[in-house]
Amino acid sequence: MAVTERRALDPDVYKAPPQYEGTKIPYPVPSVREVPEELRDSDDVMQVNFGPNHPSTHGVLRLVVDLRGEEVLGLRAVVGYVHTGFEKTMEHKQWWKAITYPERIDYVAYQHNELVFVLAIEKLLGMEVPPKATWMRTLLTELNRIHSHLVWVGTSGLELGAISMFWYAFRERDAILDLFELVSGYRMHTRYFQAGGLAEEIPAGFYPECRKFLEWMPKAVDDYESLLTANAIYLERTRGVGVISAADAVALGLSGPNLRASGVDWDLRKREPYLAYREVDFSVPVAPEGDVYARFAVRLEEMRQSVRIAAQCLDRLEEMEGEPWIADDRKVVLPPREELHTSMESLIHHFKIVTEGYRVPEGEVYVPIESPRGELGCYLVSDGGPKPWRVKFRAPSFLATAAAPTMVGGTLVADLIAVVASLDGVMGEVDR
Amino acid sequence: MTFDGVPGLLEVKESYGETTVVVETARLAEACEYLRDELGFDFLADITPTDYLGWGTRGVAGYVGTAAGRDLNAPGSQGYARLPEPKPARFSVNYHLLALREGAPRVRVQVWVEDGEPVPTVIRVWPTADWHEREAWDMMGIAIEGHPNLTRILMDEDWEGHPLRKDYPLGGEPVRFTGAE
Repeated sequence: MAVTERRALDPDVYKAPPQYEGTKIPYPVPSVREVPEELRDSDDVMQVNFGPNHPSTHGVLRLVVDLRGEEVLGLRAVVGYVHTGFEKTMEHKQWWKAITYPERIDYVAYQHNELVFVLAIEKLLGMEVPPKATWMRTLLTELNRIHSHLVWVGTSGLELGAISMFWYAFRERDAILDLFELVSGYRMHTRYFQAGGLAEEIPAGFYPECRKFLEWMPKAVDDYESLLTANAIYLERTRGVGVISAADAVALGLSGPNLRASGVDWDLRKREPYLAYREVDFSVPVAPEGDVYARFAVRLEEMRQSVRIAAQCLDRLEEMEGEPWIADDRKVVLPPREELHTSMESLIHHFKIVTEGYRVPEGEVYVPIESPRGELGCYLVSDGGPKPWRVKFRAPSFLATAAAPTMVGGTLVADLIAVVASLDGVMGEVDR
Repeated sequence: MTFDGVPGLLEVKESYGETTVVVETARLAEACEYLRDELGFDFLADITPTDYLGWGTRGVAGYVGTAAGRDLNAPGSQGYARLPEPKPARFSVNYHLLALREGAPRVRVQVWVEDGEPVPTVIRVWPTADWHEREAWDMMGIAIEGHPNLTRILMDEDWEGHPLRKDYPLGGEPVRFTGAE
């Protein structure tokens, strides 16, 4: 493929008109755009349901759209079709058995959900995690961020008719899933993070395979630039569409790439560094335009930055041969398997943790991390027992979906698809 | 940063490195406006209600026991090492705020209510509260007062009960369609 020299974030590719003044947030209900008063009784206005099972809805989402011809006058999103009650279920599971659930909430960025829950448990326990586990967590969540952005760039391109983009993106996605399989035995929902560290030692052969992928990935991103950034149709469909200003984005609780695409330089990896982000070198791409194109450009550049971070993690991990991958706290962490045959103490600890679970001290914490979709928070309440009292996830997709009506007033129905796709909402996370 | 000027302030708590500001329920919107305008908390991250029904009375999984500890008449039973601190009311509603500036300060605003007691909406302060408050009503039955569109969001419109309450059973799903009709 002919590789373009143009980069999506280059200012000469696209200079957008300045963001609008004032606010576009609908009043009185911020998440419902109503048809203007004078057109309410007009015969030209037709109400159409998009979804719940329309292929262009990124999951089971229903959009109630008021149309006049092709013009979108009103919009309301109806969610809850994949509500599964994860939070209720987790209240009935022991802490360590509940770790499998958060992954299923956002099934594209599963390791981030798993990580935020484990970090919150560790905060309540006051646990120290060995550096090897911290670096491996950083590496895996960055790979997962690339994975999530690949699924996004593939499917959102698909919705605008860029079908080949989908196959290229899923080629690299498959390589990442192979890496996850190599590490944990599962391609998705890996459950590789454990309170205290990792579930298992990092397998031999992972580092060279991962290195190979990291060398390949930047070239793949260049391919995407050739397919989309250099594609006149794609640019026409995305530039100046679905604009949201920085002030509106903050007021509506947008976060992550959606917020950075409106010109707000806010990334929790820089602002509240967790894991090993304090020690790695990377930059945060920000685009000022606030349109669909800006959200695309930011995510594309983020993939390159994630590769940079992952490569630095790999360098550090290769020096940590033989170091522990989980904390040595026998009240929380399962004892090594081989000790069960020789040590009565270990057998008792194993039995107690597996049957009764570990106790987590009383208290409440809120732990935020930067997931591929934005600020992913986990609020935990413990009463000191072996099961959580309350678990709540702050789902960035939930707020992004609620913000769609702000972006679409007066746009065309085809742009509505582009706007909703650009927000990167995962319905599993919206409905939990 | 000091929270002394917050209207309706009841208590400022520090735990696990997080600050919790407990305010009077009736003056919640006023307090939030102060936090946004005077202290710069321009980003509402999350609203989470919690049900504390039965707090401190739960046994330990897999054992017969009492909340206060070992039941002497039941060998092998086990309870908590200590009872958790009692709570002032059944529900807490937590507002997690963030200031988008250097240092990224965060604060948790908390109000305490009994079942059915109204909680004023903060939708005028942060429009993002819209869906959060609908979820709080739908899942926990918190009576949000002044919300322009307080309907169920995740459950069906004609659903009965609020699933995340502690007295709502796990798997307490009514049969919606039967062959008998």
